[in-house]
Amino acid sequence: MAEEYKGIMAYSEDRDTLFELLSKGRELADQLQTEVSAVLLGEKVEAEAGELASYGADKVYVVESPQLKGLLAEACAEALHAVISQAKPEVFLVGATKRGKELAPRVAEKLGTGCVAECVALEVDAGRRELKMKRVVFGGKVSSTHIIAGKPAIATIPPRIFEKKKADGRTAEAVKVEAEISPPKAEIVEVKPKEMAGIRIEEAPIVICGGRGLKQQEDFKMLEELAEVLGGQVGCTRPIAADRGWFPEWVGLSGKKIQPSLYIAVGVSGAIQHVAGIRSSKIVVSVNKDADAPIFADSDYGIVEDLYKVVPALTEALRKILKK
Amino acid sequence: MEIIVCAKYALDVAEIKIDPSGKPLLDGVPRRVSDIDKNAMEAAVNIKEKQGGTIKVVCFGPASAKEGLKELLAMGADEAYLVEDPSGGMLDTAATVEALAAAIQKIGSFDLILCGEATTDGYTGQVGPRLAGKLGIPQITYARNLNVEGNSVTAERDLEDAYETVKAPTPVLVSVTREINVPRIPSLMAILKASKKPMTIWKLEDLGLSKEKLEQVSTLQTVDLQGFAVERKRVVIKDKPVEEAVQELVSYLMKEKALGV
Repeated sequence: MAEEYKGIMAYSEDRDTLFELLSKGRELADQLQTEVSAVLLGEKVEAEAGELASYGADKVYVVESPQLKGLLAEACAEALHAVISQAKPEVFLVGATKRGKELAPRVAEKLGTGCVAECVALEVDAGRRELKMKRVVFGGKVSSTHIIAGKPAIATIPPRIFEKKKADGRTAEAVKVEAEISPPKAEIVEVKPKEMAGIRIEEAPIVICGGRGLKQQEDFKMLEELAEVLGGQVGCTRPIAADRGWFPEWVGLSGKKIQPSLYIAVGVSGAIQHVAGIRSSKIVVSVNKDADAPIFADSDYGIVEDLYKVVPALTEALRKILKK
Repeated sequence: MEIIVCAKYALDVAEIKIDPSGKPLLDGVPRRVSDIDKNAMEAAVNIKEKQGGTIKVVCFGPASAKEGLKELLAMGADEAYLVEDPSGGMLDTAATVEALAAAIQKIGSFDLILCGEATTDGYTGQVGPRLAGKLGIPQITYARNLNVEGNSVTAERDLEDAYETVKAPTPVLVSVTREINVPRIPSLMAILKASKKPMTIWKLEDLGLSKEKLEQVSTLQTVDLQGFAVERKRVVIKDKPVEEAVQELVSYLMKEKALGV
């Protein structure tokens, strides 16, 4: 029965993430000698199908419905269930944005299959026609590798794990799927966009991260100055973003996972969930006045001192050396 | 309002050690109620305090999870239900949801199911959405606040680029973030009172399930576990004048070529 499931399918409501998944999907499909398909969901989305071909899609399944307004999980799950039941892919990749992370398990439940959340690596065993999915568990301490016996194998993948690769001259066949979607019971009442920072922190070569040791929002200016001298980007821990609302997003297990060449934690205690987001950084530096802060055990270099003294002094010292 | 809170008696990740070959040592790791599930319980208690109702907490886990359930009863749950997991935690989220859904159906009616956005050990965030899907009810995930009015629930979701307020009629499942509240620490009095609250322990067979049935539902297999071996240098500069400490740090960073010079 399993043999009738063929091909790699990708979905994300975030276009860049979808391009990344298609590019990776293309690579996996070539190893399995099969096809790649993409799914587009929305009220009116068919026009976007063309662009997906250049990232590797052979086919684009399109579901258009007024019920898909706002992309509520209930409605999207029904639409994806319809697409997957028709197309029968062996692998289904979903972008692990928060919307994707709540959608994929709902779809998996409907299909009676498994889902591996937030994969950081995918590998196929072409002989066994098996997808190996790697993720991080136990507060970032352990990497676990999974396979799924159910079909399709569903994996969610965070943005920017895979590179997008564009190739010109490809075309894709658009397939409209008529899905019966019941009106979602939930409704979106209001959307308040967050003010977004400049470049994406995942791309910054150097990250200066502020934690609860910073007493007020203005104090982040100090970190901005240091970041400017170093050519880096400022980020923060979860309490700063989610409790105090000073930043839209945070660095950590539940937020951005980053791997800069230099990471400087300022006034960060070093909770395991935070460290999970910086584990792949090349050099970790920390400044904290509490000598017992756990961050020091996860740092290459640390200064035990008041951050309000260290940061300006460090900025000055680096300004001289880097002549900025 | 009849509220069901789903809780996990999770591995205490801070206690997980990695052996020299890189394998995580999972035997005998102590367990505790997953942090964010306590936020879910606190949210339930807040609703009950405002408008009355009942709170039932449901857990699929080892027999030792009774300890965790006592804590949640002390926080304010009225009743606790433990479905014993005979697998030693080897089943996937689909099996967990199969067990939770069967327990919830046996319990009977409910208006609101609350759970944490993810558990602190596995951090898959799958149980909530899967359970909502299985029960055919709407879901509101990543809720940073929650309001109940009559038969509808409104919550503000913390998404990457926006806060999205979603309203849904009951029955509904809501998964909460850590920021929704600060879970109370039960008083000694509450702990004593909790020992008299009812706790029901079910075997899978009591719910019309079996270990074999759950193994069949659980299609995810773990083929490898590997501890991360990132060893930091742990050089700590302290008890030095600020300028000197900074100079020392800068020279380390230059030696590492971390400054691009």
